[in-house]
Amino acid sequence: MIRILHKTNINFIKLRHVFFGISGAVVLIGIISLSVKGINLGLDFTGGTMMQVKFDKPVEISALRAALDSARIEAGIQSFGTNTYAIKVKGTQENVNEKANQITTALKAIQGAAFAEEKLDYVGPVVGNDLAKKALFAMILSMFGIIVYVAFRFSNPVWGTAGVIGLLHDVFVALTAMSITNREIDLVIVAAFLTIAGYSINDTIVIFDRMRENMRNFPKMPLGDLINMSVNECLSRTIITTATVFITVLILVLFGGSSINNFAFCMLIGTVTGVYSTIALCTPMVYQWEHGGGRKK
Amino acid sequence: MDKLHWKIGLTLGLLILSIWLLYPTVEWYTKTPDERAKLEAVRMRPKGIMNLGLDLRGGTHLLLELDITKLEKKEKVADAVTRAIEIIRNRIDQYGVGETPISRQGERWISVDLPGISNAEEAENLIGKTALLEFRLVNDSKDAQDVVAKAEALDGPPLDKNGVPAPEIAKLLPKGSMLYKATAGQEGERTRYYVLFDSVPVTGAYLENARVETDRQFGTPSIGFTFNKEGGKLFEQFTGANVGKYLAIVLDGVVHSAPVIKTRIGGGSGVIEGSFTMEEARDLAIVLRAGSLPAPVSIIEKRVVGPGLGEDSIKKGLSAALAALLLVVVFMAIYYKAGGLIADIALLLNFVFLIAALGYFGATLTLPGIAGMILSLAMAIDANVLILERMREEMALSKPVAMIIPTGYDKAWSAILDSNVTTWIAAIFLFQFGSGPVKGFAVTLTIGLLVGMFTSVFVTRLIYEFWLTSNPKELSI
Repeated sequence: MIRILHKTNINFIKLRHVFFGISGAVVLIGIISLSVKGINLGLDFTGGTMMQVKFDKPVEISALRAALDSARIEAGIQSFGTNTYAIKVKGTQENVNEKANQITTALKAIQGAAFAEEKLDYVGPVVGNDLAKKALFAMILSMFGIIVYVAFRFSNPVWGTAGVIGLLHDVFVALTAMSITNREIDLVIVAAFLTIAGYSINDTIVIFDRMRENMRNFPKMPLGDLINMSVNECLSRTIITTATVFITVLILVLFGGSSINNFAFCMLIGTVTGVYSTIALCTPMVYQWEHGGGRKK
Repeated sequence: MDKLHWKIGLTLGLLILSIWLLYPTVEWYTKTPDERAKLEAVRMRPKGIMNLGLDLRGGTHLLLELDITKLEKKEKVADAVTRAIEIIRNRIDQYGVGETPISRQGERWISVDLPGISNAEEAENLIGKTALLEFRLVNDSKDAQDVVAKAEALDGPPLDKNGVPAPEIAKLLPKGSMLYKATAGQEGERTRYYVLFDSVPVTGAYLENARVETDRQFGTPSIGFTFNKEGGKLFEQFTGANVGKYLAIVLDGVVHSAPVIKTRIGGGSGVIEGSFTMEEARDLAIVLRAGSLPAPVSIIEKRVVGPGLGEDSIKKGLSAALAALLLVVVFMAIYYKAGGLIADIALLLNFVFLIAALGYFGATLTLPGIAGMILSLAMAIDANVLILERMREEMALSKPVAMIIPTGYDKAWSAILDSNVTTWIAAIFLFQFGSGPVKGFAVTLTIGLLVGMFTSVFVTRLIYEFWLTSNPKELSI
């Protein structure tokens, strides 16, 4: 039998203040990054026009910039592989084809290279707002649903709440990573956040389940020891599952191509933090709450 | 053993059913794009196959908003949107593109997905035109002629975007009349204006047919139309009572021509002239035949994915995903040996069942949908890892094989159930309240979790139980 781990006996509960410190620091970094750098919201939420064009010959980004400037179009330009650029004008109030036509006209002025439109997005201002609201609403409702179910299955609302805090922590960390790396948040990234949330709660439930079982088998064991035992027992499963998902996502990040790179990157962060939060946040939090902080048992 | 036979029968039955359900999807996507396009054009696209979202196959997505302020008072918004959807479907059908999902979104939005349309603008014109055809009399009183003279002499445009006249024009307009613009003439020519009476005796609602006609002499296209019986009668009465006056043919608030009524027009047919190109005339005939929208629509979202891009990004993403999946499969087989292989079989079945189910429901696979699929597959693998780890724990207690297996499953079950149900709760809410990509994610996740529970628990256990009948002494995990 190949084994990654033999019996471990790590005192995770004792380390909880270290974990809380790490998470606190990461959340602080997140708050700073979000308030200083902000979130790079995509067209889906801001509204606007995005056009991705591919030139038949190499064209400098400066030539593109000059062409757009002379047409008085304030746009973000992003390089996207060979001779391909995405031109973005965010938050416009224009009608559907107005900006796109302006951009096309401006680009036609570039000498010596023809281009083809690969992709065009126009999102009106109302739509962006609506999409954001609906996604948020659905997320909040589903979190309440999770708390209620976990509270019912584990006959303790504290566990459900701890699980959801872990999930929120993970989504927040992923959001922070997107903010720091200046990646754009669009609807596909919202799907990534949802995946992270699902993955995070899945991981937490597995440990909670082991705790529930051990509580039945060892009713007299102090909670701290019980949590440590449960986490250690599950450790090799945790590592294997995480490793398989991590490697899968890593391959997608490295070789998956540009259109899913943001998504895969976001998932990569989520995989790590999803496991971390279970061991370092959710279970110690259950311990902390049930014991009123300082009192040791 | 009867129970075991029953389980095997169920699984094999489901597998056969899945392959049968999967067949049209596989057959469809192994055809060349050209063949598919041909079949779609004649509406021979098979039903019950998994669709690819526009982000994966290329095409145009449009979101339209119905301007409910312009609805007739008595018409309910919900009815108007339903009617608008019908009319848009009608127009697209006549235009002859393949499977085009059109659906209501929210209260007054209509989502239209046009797969693989290369000329998005043409489609936009086709869908976005209100196509309200009206016949109105020209007001040729002295007052009205003064208004026209003033409007044509004005520096700025006398009418704004919504057709509201400038204040200095509005105060001069004779009662019961309104200023209208004419279609643009030759280049350099000034825009002409007409003052028309508000009453509309005949509209395009009475049209029976509309077609493109070409002038024999110059070959310029125009649109010939025929009224239905009722409309023909109305038109005959109306023209009969107004011989010698000018009749304006107004389409979407723009005067196309205003010929003089020489005599009572019977027979119920006529011609709309204007400076159309051939395509414009053809599209116009289509929209007139399909009927006018209950109110104008505006495009509030438009997404065009070129066909090349969709394919390219998918190929890259798909091959990376397949490589990753292969790695996981190999890892499981090495780490858990026979147990890993059984988990791999379950994973393969999971994939087959999932795609078959998506095909059966005619679901649309999008990029976020693939994310949902990956999550459900990851959870299915996790379920097997949980079971195998439990079995290893039991094995460490030197229990007999016949006991290790059921105990492993029993102990792992609650964790698998709870984690799946929790995620499922989230997925259901997302499906109910999310839109677009979020919904796509929720659909594959919901189906994926159900299928995953079945394959990773029921099917793997079945394989172990079948193997147990040979009374083995050792378990290879």
